[in-house]
Amino acid sequence: MNSFYIILFLPFLFAIIVPFLFKYINKRIHTGWFVLFVPLTIFLYLLQYIPIVAKGDTREYILPWIPSLNINITTYIDGLGLLFGLLISGVGTLVILYSIYYLSKEREELHNFYIYLLMFMGAMLGLVFSDHILILYGFWELTSISSFLLIGYWFERKNSRYGALKSLLITVFGGLAMLAGFIMLILMAETYSIREMIANVGEITNHSLFITALVLVLLGAFTKSAQFPFSIWLPDAMEAPTPVSAYLHSATMVKAGIYLVARLTPIFAGSASWFWLVAGVGIVTLFYGSFNAIRQTDLKALLAFSTISQLGLVMSLLGIGSLAVYFGQSENGILFSAATFAAIFHLFNHSTFKGSLFMVVGIVDHETGTRDIRRLGGLMHVMPITFTIAVIGAFSMAGLPPFNGFLSKEMFFAGVNDVANAGVFGLEQFGLLFPIIAWVASVFTFVYCMILVFKTFTGKFRPEKLTRKVHEAPFGMLVSPIILGLIVVLVFFFPNVLGEYILIPALAAVLPMMQINASDFHISAWHGVNLELWMTIGVVVVGILLYKTLKGWVKLFNNYPYRLTLNHFYDQSLAGTEQFSQNVTNRYMTGSLRQYLVYIFAFFVLLLMGSFITLYGFQFDFSKFAPIELFDIAIVIGIVLAAFVVLFTSHRITAIVTLGAIGYFVSMFFVLFQAPDLGLTQFVVETVTTVLFLLCFYHLPKLKKNIGKISFKLTNLIISLAMGATVTILALAAFGHKVFEPISYFFEKSYELAGAKNIVNAILVDFRGFDTMLEISVLAIAGLGVYVLIRQGSRRREQSNETK
Amino acid sequence: MEFVIAIVIGILVTIGTYLLLSRQLLRIVLGSSLISHSVNLLIITSGGLKTGNAPLLGEGKVGFTDALPQALILTAIVINFAVTAFVLVLSYRSFKVNGTDDMEKLRGNEYE
Repeated sequence: MNSFYIILFLPFLFAIIVPFLFKYINKRIHTGWFVLFVPLTIFLYLLQYIPIVAKGDTREYILPWIPSLNINITTYIDGLGLLFGLLISGVGTLVILYSIYYLSKEREELHNFYIYLLMFMGAMLGLVFSDHILILYGFWELTSISSFLLIGYWFERKNSRYGALKSLLITVFGGLAMLAGFIMLILMAETYSIREMIANVGEITNHSLFITALVLVLLGAFTKSAQFPFSIWLPDAMEAPTPVSAYLHSATMVKAGIYLVARLTPIFAGSASWFWLVAGVGIVTLFYGSFNAIRQTDLKALLAFSTISQLGLVMSLLGIGSLAVYFGQSENGILFSAATFAAIFHLFNHSTFKGSLFMVVGIVDHETGTRDIRRLGGLMHVMPITFTIAVIGAFSMAGLPPFNGFLSKEMFFAGVNDVANAGVFGLEQFGLLFPIIAWVASVFTFVYCMILVFKTFTGKFRPEKLTRKVHEAPFGMLVSPIILGLIVVLVFFFPNVLGEYILIPALAAVLPMMQINASDFHISAWHGVNLELWMTIGVVVVGILLYKTLKGWVKLFNNYPYRLTLNHFYDQSLAGTEQFSQNVTNRYMTGSLRQYLVYIFAFFVLLLMGSFITLYGFQFDFSKFAPIELFDIAIVIGIVLAAFVVLFTSHRITAIVTLGAIGYFVSMFFVLFQAPDLGLTQFVVETVTTVLFLLCFYHLPKLKKNIGKISFKLTNLIISLAMGATVTILALAAFGHKVFEPISYFFEKSYELAGAKNIVNAILVDFRGFDTMLEISVLAIAGLGVYVLIRQGSRRREQSNETK
Repeated sequence: MEFVIAIVIGILVTIGTYLLLSRQLLRIVLGSSLISHSVNLLIITSGGLKTGNAPLLGEGKVGFTDALPQALILTAIVINFAVTAFVLVLSYRSFKVNGTDDMEKLRGNEYE
């Protein structure tokens, strides 16, 4: 096994050890210190691939799992996978370091936390390195499950459980849709490997399932990456501990959908539906998230909506970048591949600044005991370091220099401006919407970034509103956000180091059909006075104006009725489905045996009659039928009369005796049909049965002796007649069709083979002796059952007598 | 002859079904008895009626009626008897414990 697999499975392997560490060592040393080494090892290990990937090489490893079904854990390391792998392990290291200080080793169930976190980390790594599409799906669902566990970490809180369930329902819904899309892809390309799909892309593009697969796969990506309208789970996932929010819900898991879109771009991109779905949904999400972030009073909810909005930004950039595939290797193609480059760049930037912002909010929460903006303020002097990091993160998010967000925001503006002039896919009419929505959303982004920093850290310090004595966070807690903040600043000053070694290989992986020329993607902080710069200046000016007048207009948000929100719709549809299924079940599961019998009989009649009529029609062959004699007629009349008496009588004795008469008639039939053994048995059994009937009902109270007139019900009559007709018709049809010769001539050799002259008895005890043996068992079991029923009843009566 | 027997089977099934759908336990047991009779008749008819002598060797006759359905019915009769006996005692016990033989009253708990 390659060392890469050891690294890949290290989180899972280590998760097994965690409970022992927690049980025996946690009292002295925080369990997190041991866990810390896992992502650090992975990070350092993955670093060695940077020079390989930067040269344009890739690595591929195969670990057989189910070779007979062609399911193997195939991993593939290219620029995109490596970028994600480094983010996952890098941010993972910082988050675990942060969590060591954030989570108390005395009060928290740390083993649960770290097992879930390691599980998630392993799943995420497997997801980004998988080349086998079903293995990718497996890891995808594992991230959903571990995320569910992490959101519900404080399971005693109702909101945690609600958030966890919501995220699971939505992401698994998308995941299942995605699986269907994957299976379609497998059928179209006749391979499991994503790279081979990309190689055979021609067969996929022209296939009739192409659009269906595209929509289903995107459904998975959108639910995972919290795109509109599936974004509602993300704000509720903020019930998780802050390290989890920082790791899963800003830097890694929510980017799984982005990863998928980027990974499958070579397959799907170039079509109008892909462009409009990805870019359109992305830009709507961008607007929706930034618009809603402003009204939030909880810092984490604000960050959740800002995550939604930023993910929308990346998604729309990926959509715009897909135009590069359409244009191919031309001037326009290079122009739009810059959008993909911007998407990858912003993806990296977002992980850094959003991670640090979540940690900052966690620190504020940890030190003050609240995340509510209305109770916070003036923390600048108490927590100067935290404040500095918050400013770096928020200004980067707002897209201001000298932070990395500025660079990617400028590239984003360039992308949306280019789209307006693309002139394909109906962009002639609607292209202008992109820059407008993007600009407005950026203004909102600017405003909530300002709210985040200035409402928390400036203004009047009001310690009386806070439950704890506020002071700066311990150094250990600050290390991780400081490192992230440093990256934010460093990337602004040296963007091309990152670009050359990581981003351009990732771009080459997303757009393998393009000739990537490194000089086309040179990032420069100062790119001259152009439209993008003016747009940024506009954002800042309008943003400051709006922030200053915030009190005046933020109340307008409150006028938006709750009934129209997506959350309300989700809750209602959940309750509605439950109510609906309950109603349906109550409607037909009434508890009345009669009704169930009606269903069974009706089904029997419809199925048999339906298939009989459609397949054969009414064709009877009466030619072989035996002649009718007078004696037969007499017995037939007798049996029918007796049956009607059983039906209509209102006296139990009459019914029982008449039933006995029917049995005797049947035994006479057997005599007529040359079956002496049957006649004998039927006669004896009928006698015993009648005696049993009489015995049983002899014990019943006098009051009930009359069984009363049978009530007439039309449904019952129809069902019964249909049943009778079905059986008759099927019997007639069956008598007329002798397909094969009967095997009964074999049994006529019973004397030679079994030494018996009575053929029926020879069959019973010799040829088919097993039937008889089991029939004896049935009789024995029934006898035991009768005995137990009677004994148990009498014993219970004794007991109840004693208790009285 | 088979035609007439098929009609008889149909009548027995109709009445048996109607009884099964009624409310009283006793009638349900009666109905199941009627249906089992009709099934036995169906089996023996499917082997062909009056095609030969009783399946007994050593009486100097040749050409027997089909013996296999007879063996099957013999098994079926005994099993029917066992089941009927059990169901009878069960309905008797059910009446003793619940105080009613009305199927509409013998429902499960509504809040189950």
